[in-house]
Amino acid sequence: MSEPKGEPMLEISHLAKRFGGIVATDDVQLAIAPGELHAVIGPNGAGKTTLIAQLSGQLPPDSGRIRFAGTDITRLPVYRRSALGLARSFQITSLFLDHSVLDNVALAVQAHAGHSFRFWHNARREADLRQPAMAALERVGLANRAERRAADLSHGEHRLLELAMALASKPRMLLLDEPMAGLGPDESSRMVTMLQALKGEYTILLVEHDMEAVFALADRITVLVYGRVIASGPPDVIRADEAVREAYLGEEEQEASYA
Amino acid sequence: MKGPFTLRNGAAVLLLVWLALLPLYANLTNDQFTLTLFTRIVIMALAAVSLNLILGYGGMMSFGHAAYLGIGGYAIGMLAHEGITNGFIQWPVALGASALFALVIGALSLRTRGVYFIMITLAFAQMAYYVIGGIDRYGGDDGLTIYKDSQFGGLVDLNNHVVFYYVCLALLFAGVFIVWRLVNSRFGLVIQGARSNEARMRAIGFPTYRYKLVCFVIAGTMAGLSGALLANNADFVSPSMMYWTRSGDLIIMVVLGGMASPFGAVFGAVALLVLEEALSGITEYWQIILGPLLLLVVLFARGGIDGLLVQLGAWWQARRVKPSAPERASA
Amino acid sequence: MTLFIEQCLNGLQFGLLLFLLAAGLTLVFGIMDLVNLAHGSLYMLGAYFAATFAAWTGNFVLAVILGVAATLVVGMVLEVVVMRRLYGRDHLDHVLGTFGLILFFNEAVRLVWGPAGLSMPLPSWLQVPVEVLPGISYSAYKLALIAVTLAVAGLLYFLVMRTRIGMLIRAGASNREMVGALGVNIKLLYTLVFGLGAALAGLAGLMQAPILTVQIGMGENILILAFVVTVIGGIGSVRGSLVAALLVGFIDTLGRAYLPDVLALVLSHDAAATAGPAISSMLIYLLMALVLIVKPEGLFSAGGR
Repeated sequence: MSEPKGEPMLEISHLAKRFGGIVATDDVQLAIAPGELHAVIGPNGAGKTTLIAQLSGQLPPDSGRIRFAGTDITRLPVYRRSALGLARSFQITSLFLDHSVLDNVALAVQAHAGHSFRFWHNARREADLRQPAMAALERVGLANRAERRAADLSHGEHRLLELAMALASKPRMLLLDEPMAGLGPDESSRMVTMLQALKGEYTILLVEHDMEAVFALADRITVLVYGRVIASGPPDVIRADEAVREAYLGEEEQEASYA
Repeated sequence: MKGPFTLRNGAAVLLLVWLALLPLYANLTNDQFTLTLFTRIVIMALAAVSLNLILGYGGMMSFGHAAYLGIGGYAIGMLAHEGITNGFIQWPVALGASALFALVIGALSLRTRGVYFIMITLAFAQMAYYVIGGIDRYGGDDGLTIYKDSQFGGLVDLNNHVVFYYVCLALLFAGVFIVWRLVNSRFGLVIQGARSNEARMRAIGFPTYRYKLVCFVIAGTMAGLSGALLANNADFVSPSMMYWTRSGDLIIMVVLGGMASPFGAVFGAVALLVLEEALSGITEYWQIILGPLLLLVVLFARGGIDGLLVQLGAWWQARRVKPSAPERASA
Repeated sequence: MTLFIEQCLNGLQFGLLLFLLAAGLTLVFGIMDLVNLAHGSLYMLGAYFAATFAAWTGNFVLAVILGVAATLVVGMVLEVVVMRRLYGRDHLDHVLGTFGLILFFNEAVRLVWGPAGLSMPLPSWLQVPVEVLPGISYSAYKLALIAVTLAVAGLLYFLVMRTRIGMLIRAGASNREMVGALGVNIKLLYTLVFGLGAALAGLAGLMQAPILTVQIGMGENILILAFVVTVIGGIGSVRGSLVAALLVGFIDTLGRAYLPDVLALVLSHDAAATAGPAISSMLIYLLMALVLIVKPEGLFSAGGR
């Protein structure tokens, strides 16, 4: 395994989480360098979502440490992590469906544009909020849908909007939870192109099932099975790793026996 | 295409004009009853507007909003009972007391959500009801008569029914205007965002609790003002002002009128109270109609009166554009 | 001491009554995710039905049985006609819709039975005082209430924990979709559960009828307490309702009985006389506030929510 150089952007040490008898996160160690695109893969139930939940602050870990850009964020509440530069997109689309697309992204901008105890002026006319929001929408190619109600967008556009909202907060690192969930082949390849463009500019932790995308994008890959890291390293190393093949192959055999 | 000249806006303007000219009408037709009725309607509309702020826009279903009516009202009543009838003292006390209660109740209640929030706000209102009802000095269960209205020393004479009506109306207009500016401001967008998807708001970095609390206090204070007006209107306050079914009435006004809309609460208050008057003239058992009506609104006309007006207006606009052309595929 | 035992029994009786109401509420919420404000109306109907049947048949026990049966039927009809349309909707819709039902039922009862209320006299064989402990006698009827409610609680426990239907109920409480996917007739299950809740509410209402009163609006006052119990116990947990109900029953009864005296130790007699009743009415709400601060999901919340 190659070690990342310099101060890692995200450092997870001995992270653990149990739910009753189930070990969801089992002594996970991970370090992600600035600008790196790090993919986390694993069979269903491997604990990927639990890991993201702990990184974003929704779930408190039982033990272990999470350091982001040198700061210990292990016990930091959800809303503070965003201010530090850690932005997240959701696996199950979580938007403000009754608001317009632009409103959605503008809210993400507003969260980092000073306090919001301003009671008089129409916030929808504030250029400070609307312009960066439009810029984020242009980045993901949704600028022409800005005035539509978020609920009226297609699933693929929802995934792009999720990404736009994460970008709008000017983060240093993106936690992307299955951005390609539910996308068809065309939309998937567009998303991959999009993520390629973001590489280097942002540090990215990518949780994904789409193996093609993962191997195309990732600088390094970590494989989780039953909450444990069974392998971590560059794509070629992972591809050749025995334990990884067994984990995935084992799953294929299981699926075959149900057929 | 949309512009400000919509059916709903037209209806709102008509209503506001009617309300503004009402005392003239009452004077001409010698109909004091209508003035009395609409004074009460205007005051309740202000309370409904304040509830719409937290319920309609904020998604905070408070089933204890009537408590602030009682607190504002009793502030006036208690002070009057102790000989303090100076409005410049009474009204700030009423507002301050309501704000304080809203702060405490909100701070505790907003730690919960959903049905728990509903229940705890309900319970706190009941607490206020029982506590105030237990204070014999101020009338206990029977209520407290107010012998002298709030005095504003020559500035305005609240004893004059017409003057009092216009004070209430001015405060209602102010309330509607303030809420309108509030909900479109940064603060308002946070509140609306929290209603839409609170988890996401926190994920993008908003500490939603404190915003909701401030909103709750603003709404409680406004309702306290309504309470003070009610006290002056009826010259009487009683614990029943705070009973939970009164909170239910307020919620009906907000939902019937149309949640999260600038005039909805006013539509709702007018509609409900006028309906009550009209129906109780027909039958003693009018609530038997009101109950199912509410249920039907919830099931089929969720947007309330405001929603219906908007829909009607849009349909009418669409017809006006192509009056006799055959159906074309919509853009 | 005599008085204390009597108050304890009163507390137990009140607590068990609250349990009957809360159990119905929590079952319906836990399984159908439905907030039913009209639960108090079913409580009221139970009392009205039983009082009416008692007047018709002259037989107390028969009136009780018929009263429960009638409320059960009303409950199931209500579920089919109204409640079904509310499932899956926002809780706000439930609250509003069922609030509308409260208005409707109050007026309907007033239309049918008049505004004056009814009375339900106790048969002589239940009026005798029973000696529970040497020198302490307690109303036979109240003892019967305690016995009946305990029996019902036991039956509920048996139903929920040991029967197939109970298993479906518990499964439904934690995973609705799964139960549906298993091919169980969800609609029927829901109707039965709602009917059960209605029957429990009706039973509670008619049991109170001889002691308190049968009048319009009797449901609203106690409904709030039932909700408080549900919140404290944890929505969806029948066991939680029982514990919370007993807690609330004891605190409320003993609080009202003894708080003025306790306060008189530290305050003046007048102050205690004023503050006493006010504070004892608040006690339960203070308890709920405390629980909500410390453990917002209730003491025994059902899993999966």
